[in-house]
Order: sequence, then C-alpha cells, then structure tokens
Amino acid sequence: MLRIKNLHARVEEKQILNGINLEVKPGEVHAIMGPNGSGKSTLASVLAGREDFEVTEGTVEFLGKDLLEMEPEDRAREGIFLAFQYPVEIPGVSTVNFMKTALNKIREYRGQDTLDAVSFLTLMKEKIKLVEIDPSLLSRSLNEGFSGGEKKRNEIFQMAMLEPKLAILDETDSGLDIDALRIVANGVNKLRTKDNATIVVTHYQRLLEYIVPDYVHVLYKGKIVKSGSKELALELEEKGYDWIKSEVEVA
Amino acid sequence: MSKDNQVLEEFTSKEYEHGWTVNLEADSAPKGLNEDIVRFISAKKNEPEWLLEWRLKAYRHWTTMKEPRWPNVTYPAINYQDIIYYSAPKQKVQPKSLEDVDPELIKTFEKLGISLTEQKRLTGVAVDAVIDSVSVATTFKEKLGELGIIFCSFSEAVREHPELVKKYLGSVVPPNDNYFAALNSAVFSDGSFCYIPKGVKCPMELSTYFRINAANTGQFERTLIVAEEASYVSYLEGCTAPMRDENQLHAAVVELYAMKDAEIKYSTVQNWYPGDKNGKGGIYNFVTKRGLCAGDHSKISWTQVETGSAITWKYPSCILKGDYSSGEFYSVAVTNNFQQADTGTKMIHIGKNSKSRVVSKGISAGKSQNSYRGQVHILKRAENARNFSQCDSLLMGDQCGAHTFPYIDVENKSAHVEHEATTSKIGEDQIFYCLQRGIDEEAAVALIVNGYAKEVLKQLPMEFAVEAQKLLALTLEGSVG
Repeated sequence: MLRIKNLHARVEEKQILNGINLEVKPGEVHAIMGPNGSGKSTLASVLAGREDFEVTEGTVEFLGKDLLEMEPEDRAREGIFLAFQYPVEIPGVSTVNFMKTALNKIREYRGQDTLDAVSFLTLMKEKIKLVEIDPSLLSRSLNEGFSGGEKKRNEIFQMAMLEPKLAILDETDSGLDIDALRIVANGVNKLRTKDNATIVVTHYQRLLEYIVPDYVHVLYKGKIVKSGSKELALELEEKGYDWIKSEVEVA
Repeated sequence: MSKDNQVLEEFTSKEYEHGWTVNLEADSAPKGLNEDIVRFISAKKNEPEWLLEWRLKAYRHWTTMKEPRWPNVTYPAINYQDIIYYSAPKQKVQPKSLEDVDPELIKTFEKLGISLTEQKRLTGVAVDAVIDSVSVATTFKEKLGELGIIFCSFSEAVREHPELVKKYLGSVVPPNDNYFAALNSAVFSDGSFCYIPKGVKCPMELSTYFRINAANTGQFERTLIVAEEASYVSYLEGCTAPMRDENQLHAAVVELYAMKDAEIKYSTVQNWYPGDKNGKGGIYNFVTKRGLCAGDHSKISWTQVETGSAITWKYPSCILKGDYSSGEFYSVAVTNNFQQADTGTKMIHIGKNSKSRVVSKGISAGKSQNSYRGQVHILKRAENARNFSQCDSLLMGDQCGAHTFPYIDVENKSAHVEHEATTSKIGEDQIFYCLQRGIDEEAAVALIVNGYAKEVLKQLPMEFAVEAQKLLALTLEGSVG
C-alpha cells in the first residue's frame, strides 16, 4: 500500500529525515517510535504533504501512485488521513459542517454522488456510536474550547467519517488521560479492517497496549535504526531510548 | 514569487459576475448639476410644488458644503458637473402591472436571478426593482395592500400618499445632514417607500433591487420605511452594476422610522462593481442610512454584507430616542484588490434603558484598505444605557490594511459600554488542516471566512444568507494569507 524508499527531507536548512525505508501493507499496524526530535512528526507531515518540508531525495508510492507528486488535498482524497497532534481551531465552523464539506469533496474526487442531508446524518449517527463521541461537541465550532481529550476524540471521529485507507496517528496519545486513551484506541481498533492500514506515531509504549502493532520501528536522527515486533516497544519502555542511541553510536 | 502573492495573483484574474450591460433606451438629463437640472428632475416626475422647493433648498445648501475628507479613503476629486443626474429606461407607457413592463427589463432582472413574475417566486419576497434612477416594477402589491401595507416606488408614494411622504421625508436624515445626503435630497430620482400600519406584522420579506445600467450616471435613490406602533417589517436591499472603466457615484439615503413597539430589520447585500484588479473603475458608494427608534421599546436592526464598490463610505446608524429602544448593527465588509471601505455605525442613546449591539467583521485581502469607524454616544438623559461592540478584522496576505476607529462619548455615569476588538490572519495551519481532509484551498477559505462571519450572516433572512455566503467565497476566491 505504502512504499517509502530512501526518503530525505528538510525544513529550511535543517535536514530532518535521512533515508527512511518503510513498507506498509493492507491490514497492518505500524508503530513509529523514537526520542524527541528524531523526525517522527516530520515523517507524518511529509506523508500528508505539508509544504514547510522539502523532500530532497527518495520516493513514496501510495497504492501504486507517486505520493510526493500529489497535492495535499488529493492525498487525502486518495485515502490518507492524518490525525493531528495539535488539531486546529476553526471558529464558526462546526465539525458537522466541516465533515460534510470534506466528505463531499472526497466523494466528488472519486466520482461518487455527494451525500444529501439525510444520508449524511445517518452516516454521522452510526460513526458517533462507533467512536463514542458526545454529539453536542460536533455542532460546536471545530476544536474551539475543546479539551485535549475532546480534540483527539474528534480527530478519530473524523477518521471514522472519512474511512481512510491509511491513517497516520501523530502522537494521538499526548495529553490524554487513561480513560480518554482507551476510548480513542477503541475507536481506532474498531475502524481496523483487512483493507486499511495504520501508522501510529508515538513516544510512549502506553498507547500500544491498546492499539497493538504488527511492527514497531524506532526512528533516530531521521533514520529507522531498529525494527521488530510489538515486543520491541516493551523493551524500549524498559531500557529507554538511551539503549538505542548507544547501540547506534557503537555501530 | 511567494505563495501568498501567487494565489493573490490568481485571484485578480477573477471577474465580476454582474459586469454586463443591456441596451435599454434611456431618457436622460444633460450632464451637470444646477437648479435647472433639479427642476428638470422634479418636472419629469410631475412632482408637487412643495417637493420641488424641498429639493431646491437642499441643492442650495449643498452648494455651500464641502465634500467630507475625514474618511480613511483616497480618490481623485469628483467632477460633479460631469455626471448625469437622471436616467430612466424608456417605457412606452407607465406600467400598471407586470404585463406592461418592458420585457427587456424583466430579462435584465432575471439575469440577476431576480424574477419579477410573482407566480415564479417560490418564497414570499416582494420586490421593488430600481434600474438606473427609476423603479420599474413592484411585486405582490395587492397582497400587501390587503393588510394596509404600502410598498411602492418612491415616485408612486409621492403621487398616491403625499401626506405620508411629506411628513416623514427628511425626518431622520435632514436634507442638510451631510454633503452626500444634501446632494441626494436635491436630485434623488426614485427608490422605495414602505409603510406598515399599526399592529401589522408584514408577512413577507420586502426587497429592493438596485441596478445601475447607463454609463456616466449617478444613482441617487431614497428609501423611506415607516413602521407604525407595534408593527414589524424585514427589508432587504441588493445592488449590482456593470463593469465600466470610469467611477460611478452612488449616493443613496435610507430613512427608517420606528414607532412604539415597532421593529424594522434592514438587510443589505451590497455587490456594486468594485473596479478591476488595478483599481480602475468601480462604484463610489457614499450612502447615508439612519434609523430613528422614535417610540419606547422600538427596535431597529441593520445587517450588511459589503463586498462591492471601489470605495464605501457608509454608517448605518440608530438614534435610540425611545426608552427601552434598541439598535443593532451587524456587518461583514470585504475588500480586495484596491477596494477601500470606511464603514461602521453610530449608536446615539437618548432614551432611558436603551441598548445597542455592534458586531463588525472586516475582511481585507489584496492591496485593499478596510476601516471600521463607529461611534457610541450616550446622552445625559439616557439612564442605564447599554452598548456592546465587537470589531474583528481578518487579514489575508500582507499587503492589505485593517483599521479601527471607535469613538465613545458617555455623558451618563450609569452607562455600560463594552468594546472588544481582535485582529487575526487566516493561518496556514487552518488551511493545511482543511487540505488534509480533502478540502481544496478555495473551499477552505470560503469555509473559514464564512465561519468567521457567521455571527453576522445568521442575522440575514435565509434566502439572502445563502447568496451572501456564495458572494463572500467568490470575492475572496484564491486570496489566502
């Protein structure tokens, strides 16, 4: 589904990604872990098409297409979803309105009919149940005055609505208490199918207790320095990132 | 070229949608202004002697006045002798009903999306259509007549209801009020008149649609709305003009008069031609709008969505004379390219416990300048007066300007006056968030801007709100900051 080869990227003059290689297949969950400043969030942003980052080398193929050639909105329409670490506030625009606009833009791109009000509301009701979000939140201005947990839950709701092929969760666990974490993770798990894939970007092992990954990759200085199964996350938790750092330095 | 400039550049190729003209045979006055022209206009309209005298007095006063220079706008001097002050589309007979209206005129309005054919209209909106200087058709007259509501062109009101016109004309905006009001009083050619009798709630929206068609012509219309005790009316005004290289002057006067317990809601969607991307042409919109809350518990509410005009100079105001009277002003003013807007309101509190609310949302893009100018004046006898003002500015790009000039005069210690102001930019973060959800940049800007202006847009009657939303999106298409 996603094939990243030798990806290098920088922001302004600072080189952040130094040759990432990663392959994600349908149905898989990959966790990207790493110390602060290792390039985790940059990788998420580059895949979503944020313009602040310049790709200097490498290729990314998504469902057989050259992802790096695509505009950010087209990447979304092709099925890439980024759950933001810091969801943005848009005053005066409700989540309902936002989702209706987004969903119809995506459907238009895919040559499907736009949804009328009734089918949209029916779909929304179904997803509200799935991710256990308070419906009153959805008619308020997007993310304005939301708590940290509400913002993250709203991201997962949006993910449920848009049904992406590849979801990238950028530090979705940051700022969440344990109950909120469980609800968010439950939502993500319910959305898993054999046809979609998830990349979970996180600093801590905690989230991975709830969203169980098939693979864990450790990012350090813009490179994947270690890959393994879910046990790698536990090992990391136990030994800390210094263990990886020293291992890399020795090598 | 930076990304900002690039998208702004893209925007500037956007053309004004209503920039066409139709070939209507017109009956015009010669260029220029003097007492004879005033007499010519009055004679054309078969006006009574008192109205001619009223006009002449206004004209003589105007000649002693100076054009105001305090607004935060710049433009070359206007040559008032180079303007045609009266132009009327020629009609063979005075239309008695819609069947008599020149089909070319009906087509003109249909092109604007306004059907003058009553049975074609789905919603209950009565329309008075004014082209160049003359009202061409008023719909739903009979239905309104059954309730005692008078809704007609100003000329017809002068003929059919002279006592009402005589009583209220100039009672809110006196002929010598300001330079452009004096000019309008001397040469106004038509407009709308509306009278709601005691206790009547007008069952449909009343609407006037203004269109300037002829070249070198000024448009000077007058609107007068009188709401008797405990009556209610909601009134809409829309305007467009063709694209022309020269600037055209629009100097209108609107007077609202609300008696005890009466309520008038006045909404405007102003889309006069704003000039081209280099700032050439466009309408000078120098308008005086004022409402008098004459009776206790009366209410006047102004809502405006201003997207057009090269220059806007306009302060819809409320004189809160009655005790417990209330005034509201909701405004979205958008400027792009080289447009300049100096707009806001005046809330004059005279009555005890009078209250006012001002919500102004300015949006500046391109190289435009957008100023909010507002006055809140609490007079001595206005015990317990309350005012809340909120002025927000949204900037797109780095070449435009937003300015706020609030004036607050309080002469009574019991007053509560609040003023809040914010300035913000459409953030790249907001845009990227939208893009990541599959919403393209243009749709994202439209979404964000409409969200920003929501508090004002929701004041508009449903049908107008949709139009206004589309207009905002169209005006700002591609101009991301």
